[in-house]
Amino acid sequence: MSNVARQTWDVVVVGAGGAGLRAAIEAREQGLRTAVICKSLFGKAHTVMAEGGIAASMGNVNARDDWRTHFRDTLRGGKFLNHWRMAELHAREAPDRVWELETWGALFDRTRDGRISQRNFGGHEYPRLAHVGDRTGLELIRTLQQRVVALQQEDFRESGDHEARLRIFQECTVTRVLTEGGVPGGRVAGVFGYARESGTFLVLDAPAVVLATGGIGKSFKVTSNSWEYTGDGHALALLAGAPLVNMEFVQFHPTGMVWPPSVKGILVTESVRGDGGVLRNSAGRRFMFDYVPEVFRAQYAADEAEADGWYEDPEHHRRPPELLPRDEVARAINAEVKAGRGSPHGGVFLDVSTRLPAAEIERRLPSMHHQFKQLADVDITREPMEVGPTCHYVMGGVDVDPDTAAATGVPGLFAAGEVAGGMHGSNRLGGNSLSDLLVFGRRAGLHAALHAGGLAPARRPRAGDAQVAAAEAEALRPFGGAEQAGGGAEPENPYTIHTELQRTMNDLVGIIRRDAEMAEALERLAALRARAERVAVEGHRQYNPGWHLALDLRNMLLVSECVALAARERTESRGGHTRDDHPAMDPAWRRVNLLCALPEPAAGVRLTRRGLPAMRADLLDLFEREELAKYLTEEELT
Amino acid sequence: MSDSTDDPTGGPTDDPRAEATADGGTGAGAGPPRRARLRIWRGDGPSGRLTDYTVDAHEGEVVLDLIHRVQATLAPDLAVRWNCKAGKCGSCSAEINGRPRLLCMTRMSLFAPDEVLTVTPMRTFPVIRDLVTDVGFNYAKAREIPAFVPPRGLGPGEYRMSQEDVARSQEFRKCIECFLCQDVCHVVRDHEENKESFAGPRFLMRAAELDTHPLDAAGERGLDRARDAQKEHGLGFCNITKCCTEVCPESIRITDNALIPLKERAVDRAYDPLVWLGSRIRRRRRDD
Ligand SMILES: Cc1cc2nc3c(=O)[nH]c(=O)nc-3n(C[C@H](O)[C@H](O)[C@H](O)COP(=O)(O)OP(=O)(O)OC[C@H]3O[C@@H](n4cnc5c(N)ncnc54)[C@H](O)[C@@H]3O)c2cc1C
Ligand code: SF4
Ligand code: SF4
Ligand code: FES
Repeated sequence: MSNVARQTWDVVVVGAGGAGLRAAIEAREQGLRTAVICKSLFGKAHTVMAEGGIAASMGNVNARDDWRTHFRDTLRGGKFLNHWRMAELHAREAPDRVWELETWGALFDRTRDGRISQRNFGGHEYPRLAHVGDRTGLELIRTLQQRVVALQQEDFRESGDHEARLRIFQECTVTRVLTEGGVPGGRVAGVFGYARESGTFLVLDAPAVVLATGGIGKSFKVTSNSWEYTGDGHALALLAGAPLVNMEFVQFHPTGMVWPPSVKGILVTESVRGDGGVLRNSAGRRFMFDYVPEVFRAQYAADEAEADGWYEDPEHHRRPPELLPRDEVARAINAEVKAGRGSPHGGVFLDVSTRLPAAEIERRLPSMHHQFKQLADVDITREPMEVGPTCHYVMGGVDVDPDTAAATGVPGLFAAGEVAGGMHGSNRLGGNSLSDLLVFGRRAGLHAALHAGGLAPARRPRAGDAQVAAAEAEALRPFGGAEQAGGGAEPENPYTIHTELQRTMNDLVGIIRRDAEMAEALERLAALRARAERVAVEGHRQYNPGWHLALDLRNMLLVSECVALAARERTESRGGHTRDDHPAMDPAWRRVNLLCALPEPAAGVRLTRRGLPAMRADLLDLFEREELAKYLTEEELT
Repeated sequence: MSDSTDDPTGGPTDDPRAEATADGGTGAGAGPPRRARLRIWRGDGPSGRLTDYTVDAHEGEVVLDLIHRVQATLAPDLAVRWNCKAGKCGSCSAEINGRPRLLCMTRMSLFAPDEVLTVTPMRTFPVIRDLVTDVGFNYAKAREIPAFVPPRGLGPGEYRMSQEDVARSQEFRKCIECFLCQDVCHVVRDHEENKESFAGPRFLMRAAELDTHPLDAAGERGLDRARDAQKEHGLGFCNITKCCTEVCPESIRITDNALIPLKERAVDRAYDPLVWLGSRIRRRRRDD
């Protein structure tokens, strides 16, 4: 074991996006020695890409807004499959989390009276998203990054060491969560990983580990997600013995770029529609009026005049249907393209050029303006964009306790942010992720600190040498891939397997799903898993992307299997899960969560059903009975 | 800024495998591809050299697409940093024909079809491998700039600032920390010896950003950020060549809007601390 560096910390946070950094700040402020470990450079995590804003019912633009309204919108968006307690905590605590950022130096756009400005977004009843132009994620991550630095400066003044109590291990990848005795479900003992730069291994011993690794989009061909999104935290949790919930719910954002091919999937922020942009088909029709589903009829405009009136006078007009929740808009675009009314490159038109003056577009949507000009030679102040659905966000994730963010079944393991499940139900509203990161990141950090602080040093579990050696052998396997393949089988190229996986998920478990296709996907995934065993890489361990991808494949394949299994099981359509063969929403299914677990790693993923906890009565009372009747069963209503 | 590329210690080589037509990695599909020739820095600092590769280039592609195609088809272990592929994270900084650029935002159509593109790592930072450099210098400098000081007596939710007043700092907060400005600045580009005492444009701009933050209370704690930049972070080294501004992918006017005003404030205040104190007090009142 001489070549594995080993250090002891109180709390280890895996991930340096919004959730991870907020967790780390909290754990450090609780007085615990905290290490953050992340795959890319500090400040580059996926959160940096978030554009539109962060949802919090501060009521700065419309004073009627409050946490109850935010809670209601969140449940409607998730089609009532959300864990109600998470949605409640989220709605109640989001404003404090945003205001706190200001005390750390964040500079949001302002209202006329000097408060934080808030913008409209799909599914939110009032203007609710705090933002900085269309680069809100950058502001969020930079503020948290600078807060980390501020704490490090404090420690430096006290101890002469910036990293005494808070250290970032950047460009390091965790490949295993270590547990007591090396068994799934054992108490957390730390993490095992490698440094990308040198290829050397490291173990961080710690009794509390927070997973904050983000999402899974890189298993799909067309996605807005970066290379980091290989579902690592999802897989790490499964392998450590913690189940995942709601994995069938994957959000396809309605507006990704479609042209040129090299940028296909890159996000076009929903703010374009929030600020007045409209969707049209090849015949010039604003087709979203044709797709307002029954459950939302009461809240959305029936014609263009009413919709256009809403931007100026929301009290007396219903909302434009372009601002329906994302799943509805994505399906509508899909249907228009299928019906032959798409744009030249297989999308539809998103037009803001005829809706706002050019200067206003440049002010409100600077990075969209830049992105289209630079990458597609399109000037969005003069012409429409072409857009289509892109894989964007996973609602499913580690099953957690709402109050503490503790993962089910593994003491000392916590999860927050996109890697955690439950909060968003079957579909996430725009802006609700950034707030989720802060609310539950803080809670995870707090409870990880309480967990670690409550254990006397002698009582901390420690991973044995055998467990570390096994993790090391697993990580080195691709270098011996060819020999291990045996039987004369050809070694496999990790890039090829990745490409085939992406195509499989995109084509067979994508935005519209059918039983037979998912069955085929599961077969293909099994074949890819077998081939992935034979992956071989060239070169040495120093900054070797081929090797890194080879190791990520385990995670992507595991998570994809969960998505396909759960999606095949749920025979209804709800939120981010649309079944061509079961197009209706079924109240009986609303009471069911699907859990994926890995009790015997060799035996594959096991799927179980669990009842959704009943909502507290005072929260149920926030809805009209008429509305509840659209979602709940007869039995629940009485 | 220099036009020439890094001096390769060995000449360009012909990698025997360096030829592929397969459509790898990101895959593309529009129109017939053309063949593009790339000359990419391979290896670590002392023993690296330029290696030639030829791959397909499709309509609309950026240089990073081609690097990925080289990775997927010819050189699986080619090291390159990237994350978002949308110009938002600042990971993919490198030099193309000697000019610091983001690989993901540099369109192939910028170059003549028969032009050979030389892609090298950022020159100011030590090479780890291939196109990846050790940018630790920047993280060390980030820690040296004193953090935001929250105003006393204002709780969360009580901050009031006008859009006009935050706009100045907001321009600087557009920074994606690509470090291209740090790479290009002649103060450190070929002068290792200056690194210790010079924070570089990105972090001098950070000082300017906090100095113009409407509610930063550093002054009340006796910290004059402009003078601190001058005395502790090497503002005086900057002779306003504007090279940093030219390469900034966010089009931040680093020199005109951050560095020059910061220099002016540092000078004014050096002469007359009362003027500086007065300006802080006036600013606070207006925001109240
Ligand atoms: C283009 C785009 C725009 C968006 N806009 C918005 C918006 O306007 N509003 C909104 O609310 N949401 C938005 N979202 C969604 C939101 O940005 C993400 O859901 C959120 O940022 C996820 O944050 P996180 O903290 O969970 O993870 P991330 O920020 O993704 O961070 C994950 C971290 O985990 C690390 N990591 C992963 N695996 C490992 C491993 N094995 N070992 C070590 N480290 C690891 C990564 O390096 C990274 O540091 C957007 C998403 C995209 C793609
Ligand atoms: S303007 Fe100053 S900081 Fe910018 S490149 Fe020139 S000398 Fe460096
Ligand atoms: S100021 Fe511009 S060039 Fe410098 S690091 Fe920031 S974004 Fe990059
Ligand atoms: S990959 Fe993010 S800026 Fe280029």
